[in-house]
Amino acid sequence: MKFRCSSLTRVLLVTGLALGLKAQDANKERGQKEKESVYAELEKVPEKERQKSNPLTKDPEAVAAGQVLFEEHCEECHGSGGLGGKKAPSLRASEVQNAAPGAIFWILTNGVVRKKMPVWSKLPEPQRWQLVSYVKSLGIAPQPDPGDAAGKP
Amino acid sequence: MMPFTFAKSFHLLRLSIGTLLLSGFLSLLSSASLQAQENPYIVAYDHNLEEPGSLEVEYFSTFGTQRGAPGFHAFWGEFEYGATAWWTTEFYLDGQTTFDQSTLFTGFRWENRVRPLKREHFINPVLYVEFEDINEADKILKEVEGHDVEADQAVPNSIARQQVVREIELKLILSRNYKGWNFTENTLAVKNLSNQPWEFGYALGVSRPLAMKGAPHRCNFCPQHFIAGLEMYGGLGDRSSFGLHDTSQYLAPGLAWNLPSGWTLRIEPTFGLNGNSHQFLLRWGVSYEISAFGGMVESLFKGRE
Repeated sequence: MKFRCSSLTRVLLVTGLALGLKAQDANKERGQKEKESVYAELEKVPEKERQKSNPLTKDPEAVAAGQVLFEEHCEECHGSGGLGGKKAPSLRASEVQNAAPGAIFWILTNGVVRKKMPVWSKLPEPQRWQLVSYVKSLGIAPQPDPGDAAGKP
Repeated sequence: MMPFTFAKSFHLLRLSIGTLLLSGFLSLLSSASLQAQENPYIVAYDHNLEEPGSLEVEYFSTFGTQRGAPGFHAFWGEFEYGATAWWTTEFYLDGQTTFDQSTLFTGFRWENRVRPLKREHFINPVLYVEFEDINEADKILKEVEGHDVEADQAVPNSIARQQVVREIELKLILSRNYKGWNFTENTLAVKNLSNQPWEFGYALGVSRPLAMKGAPHRCNFCPQHFIAGLEMYGGLGDRSSFGLHDTSQYLAPGLAWNLPSGWTLRIEPTFGLNGNSHQFLLRWGVSYEISAFGGMVESLFKGRE
């Protein structure tokens, strides 16, 4: 049987292709918006708080102590090495790693309670700064393959 | 219901501790523990809520002296769940043994704590609502209100257990963390759902870890895991006779040991400050935090991906 591409088939193919491309764009846009909203709290940190410097910058034990604290309090949600988990985003995204230490400290202190991030003011200030030291020491994680859905924050 | 014998009460106590240990052990197997950072308070509350999705299983015990009646051992189990980062809900089961009398299940409580402000402030309010369905034999002294006095608890179990008490308890918790210290003040108002006046009470607390910095290695005995504190609580009378007269008042230094494995141990010797109060109470508690509990329950109702 000879296949003939009728006008109707052509219209359907073109429409399907257009819808598929549009859906892909929408997915990309949604992924970008989700990523932006996850890290949007960092943009809301008051300037005065952002300017605070880490008093433990020269403490040689700060990163090691921060790692112990991270494993005890944060790893459950933020994943091993801060790479992100089901419940919380990666801390090795550029948004976090390029953020001022004061901004990360402020997020730790105030939490993001509407988005399930608890308030950690119950940890004394030096322990929160130790956590900031550890988080900042992690560096930006290599970008995942764009086709890898699991790489989303 | 027949009162239990001493042997049965001992068995009940062993059973409750055994259940707690078993649940802790099972949780250890699942590697879902999280180090708690609990203050040593047994009566006062601070504004630090349970982490979302975490379940804390707790067992508390109070040994009390009683003038004019046998001493007692009151105990309760708590299941504290972080529903969200701003809402913690908690369920209690209470019981007590009055020596030479009996052991009783004395009722249950359901409490909710809600944090209305989403950020840390100079003072952080938490709203607390609790429903209690207990009987007059309840002696856990989780709060002291109105004109509660020691003599109220001298009533034999066989009589006290017949009087059911259903109450709504409201608290305003005002708390602040400052340079490692926690300061908290609780004001409470209790309404018996029968025709009784509103009763009032308070609790104050202050606490601080023994070290501010974390150690660079995992350890159980590092000073940052120990939090020392002091709490004071008592009744403030009722709507028709507000004040300190005919009330009981207590002062209690305490220590909490937060182990990295998720266990917390608390001990709090408590001293009565006036003639209406029990002279001495020895209070202690053990708790275990299961951090991924919410996720575990969720996964039970989801298919494999």
